[in-house]
Amino acid sequence: MNLHQTAVEREFGTQVTVKINGGDFTVDEGDTILTACTQAGIDTPTICYAENLTPVNACRVCVVEVEGNRTLVPSCSRPVEEAMVISTDSDRVKHSRKMVLEFLGTANDLSEAPQINEWSTEYGVDITRYAEGAERFDQPVKIQDNLYIRDYDKCVLCYKCVDACGEEAQFTFAIAMSGRGFDNRISTEFDVALPESACVYCGNCIAVCPTNALQFKTEFDLRQENNWREEEQTVTQTVCSYCGVGCNLELHVQDNQIVKVTSPADHEVTNGMLCIKGRFGWKYV
Amino acid sequence: MADLHLTIDNSTDAERISVDAVLAPDARVVIHESERLVRGGMARKNDRRHLLLPALHALQADIGWISAGGLNYISDVLQVPPAEAYGVATFYELFRTEDPGHSDSTVHVCMDTSCHIAGAEAFAQALEADGKQVHRGPCLGQCERAPAQFVQGRGAADSVPADADNIASPGAFLSIQRAAGDTGGLRLLANVGVVDPTSLVSYREHGGYVALEKALSMGGQAVIDEVRLAGLTGRGGAGFPTAIKWQGVADEQGRPKHVIANADESEPGTFKDRTLMENDPFALIEGLTIAGVSVGAENGWIYIRGEYPLATTRLTNAIEQARTAGLLGVDVMGSGFDFDIVLHTSAGRYICGEETALLNALEGKRANPRAKPPFPQVSGLWGKPTIVNNVETLCNLPGILAHGVGYRLVGTERSPGTRLFCLSGHVANPGVYEVPQGTTLGEMIEIAGGATGSTRAILMGGAAGSFIDADQLDMPLTGEDTRERGTTLGSGVITLFDDTVDFVLLLTRITEFFKSESCGQCVPCRVGTTRQHEVIVEMGVRGSLSEERNTLIDDMALAMADASICGLGHTAAGAVQSAIRLGLIGSAL
Ligand SMILES: Cc1cc2nc3c(=O)[nH]c(=O)nc-3n(C[C@H](O)[C@H](O)[C@H](O)COP(=O)(O)O)c2cc1C
Ligand code: SF4
Ligand code: SF4
Ligand code: SF4
Ligand code: FES
Repeated sequence: MNLHQTAVEREFGTQVTVKINGGDFTVDEGDTILTACTQAGIDTPTICYAENLTPVNACRVCVVEVEGNRTLVPSCSRPVEEAMVISTDSDRVKHSRKMVLEFLGTANDLSEAPQINEWSTEYGVDITRYAEGAERFDQPVKIQDNLYIRDYDKCVLCYKCVDACGEEAQFTFAIAMSGRGFDNRISTEFDVALPESACVYCGNCIAVCPTNALQFKTEFDLRQENNWREEEQTVTQTVCSYCGVGCNLELHVQDNQIVKVTSPADHEVTNGMLCIKGRFGWKYV
Repeated sequence: MADLHLTIDNSTDAERISVDAVLAPDARVVIHESERLVRGGMARKNDRRHLLLPALHALQADIGWISAGGLNYISDVLQVPPAEAYGVATFYELFRTEDPGHSDSTVHVCMDTSCHIAGAEAFAQALEADGKQVHRGPCLGQCERAPAQFVQGRGAADSVPADADNIASPGAFLSIQRAAGDTGGLRLLANVGVVDPTSLVSYREHGGYVALEKALSMGGQAVIDEVRLAGLTGRGGAGFPTAIKWQGVADEQGRPKHVIANADESEPGTFKDRTLMENDPFALIEGLTIAGVSVGAENGWIYIRGEYPLATTRLTNAIEQARTAGLLGVDVMGSGFDFDIVLHTSAGRYICGEETALLNALEGKRANPRAKPPFPQVSGLWGKPTIVNNVETLCNLPGILAHGVGYRLVGTERSPGTRLFCLSGHVANPGVYEVPQGTTLGEMIEIAGGATGSTRAILMGGAAGSFIDADQLDMPLTGEDTRERGTTLGSGVITLFDDTVDFVLLLTRITEFFKSESCGQCVPCRVGTTRQHEVIVEMGVRGSLSEERNTLIDDMALAMADASICGLGHTAAGAVQSAIRLGLIGSAL
């Protein structure tokens, strides 16, 4: 995604040439290194990045080496510059990516984050080599209503839900980062239960969560019963009928039952965001 | 209120009175909106967001903690979502969001480096035995008085018991702040014990404000050129050339511009800025004003740590006197230049001193560092061009303008001028010393009365620095010489440890410091500092480090240094790795 360009610039914008792993690539000025890498056919792991949110560059799994920089730089947020020399496969890059994934593996339950696990395997993560009794994120599952649950043991503090709930989409600000350091937690004020908070149950936080820490109650219940069969689910595209905005819905169906509702992140009306009616309305139909 | 959803918890009369007392009258107007907050509403909300910290401070001081009802009231008045306000309240060391269950003041005891070896834990226990409410925490910036305490007042002002002498006779600390004999005299500390820190008249009698007058007549660019010629570099830790930073802001078009004095001073072992602010507060005010003139900034800020009550009082008084005398405010010294200063009190957190975290803190947000670029010079406070400088850096300015090239007469070619060093630990006369840059470490220690005991290691640059062997006494104290020997000057910290020190316990504390001071924003530092601490704790139990753990420490260190967002993560392994290199920890006991 291009963060700093206007529509006119996109149309007539200048281009810059960068070197990635030795090869020259021409990309739009203002593009991020991540975009340039993608265009160059290079896969980059990302966790806190989402195409429909402003990068917070907090997870650091996407780091690359840029000549002239003392430290590695986050590719998801750093714009390209003319003649930048970028390396995505140096030992330094691989090391830091591996350590980030390893750190998360020692702290969180990543059992429902298949994409992260794939990268962990790719980068050779070993979570067993840490001191005994390494502190974990450890949080009981919060089940406070019938719509969705929060299993913060899985939370990697990527800020996506906070941003989706706040300035990036929903403007509800029901949840925020609280605490400090390893004790950082996503929380309502004084950790009050969701129904007592400002939450309007748009479910936009669920949609952006990369680790399934936030999930539909339907999914949670099925998983508890060992009956969540994602491979067998069908996804039906439809347009939400509750109002005239025209939000695109993806109905995930298992055994003839809707089990969750999403919207494509690149959909021009929703950017992946919905309201309670589109997200959860089917529960009452 | 339609959109700002508050829980049912009501505030008490006492809480409302407390908050109302610190919010300016126009900030107290509550705007109830009937529509959902939209971007316009957001902008209005952010207008008063920076008052969040003062409001939280008020509740903490008057009520003893921040209750759900109290937080609701602040959220309502300032139109800050309560979840965000809670996030801010839970970020800081000095705020409590649980009822403490008592109405006593809290005694904060420093557990870090110098205090650690001076028996901080025993001191804390003695206070507890005495019936005091004790909070064990990070460095309080009083390392020369180790073990140090700070009293967070309840129904009383915050105080530092050791300040009593200083309040009674403001020059009382003079005896422990000296320069080497052949330096041509004190510069930064020249006023200490000479000028009455509570009197502008006294400051001016000793040459105060001559430099500002000169700066105003020279014009901004000439001041920057003068600073460039003097070769001034930052004293906050990174040693960045001051003139380059300033030129960047001077060249920016954005308005308004901001200049900020970084007075957060929280690096364990550092207490020089406190000494300057307590004993020569007008110098900082004048220096910051000169910085404002040089880049054309109207807004000055001093971001001071919350554990410095005497410095806060002195600066508040200095700002008022300067304003009354026309040295701040509209038309400074009749020059047509407008400049004023706001003193902002932090609430404890080492990370707030990182310059971009500081910007977020000033804006009333959690003090998470920002990604750089963009640098504050381009996009700083509220996105405007901003300078952040250390207190000592700014206090150099009056001298530079007054002496011109004379500034370079002492120090080395690459590191001209003098510098403050904070000596503590196993040294005869702990304190702040001003010496020419390039003075050797050995000379510096001798000036401070020499080491006590047999020195086993010296910590340079504080917790974020590194240990060196006692055989490095010939090392000249400059940025480049220390870098060449693989260590750092940092913020001028020199902490001595003799051979009786249990380095395993010391490193356990240093790693705990990083773990608890990490803002937690990025993975390498949030988890890395925690895992590093755990490995050191485990080493304490096992008595040595295995090959596997040594590798792990290096692996974690490299990732923290390479992939963390800010300097805290980048430096979090320096002390541990250097301690292992020197054999202070790690080998079988
Ligand atoms: C974790 C951390 C804490 C810091 N704390 C301080 C501080 O308390 N005071 C300070 O002047 N600089 C501190 N710094 C350095 C600032 O980021 C910044 O470099 C400095 O204020 C710039 O001023 P100078 O150029 O005058 O040195 C800190 C940096 C880090 C990474
Ligand atoms: S469901 Fe919507 S309103 Fe509720 S926390 Fe998630 S994003 Fe915020
Ligand atoms: S709950 Fe999910 S989206 Fe929110 S911070 Fe945690 S991992 Fe990210
Ligand atoms: S390096 Fe540490 S202190 Fe700095 S942003 Fe990352 S988590 Fe926060
Ligand atoms: S994806 Fe870039 S820092 Fe997280």
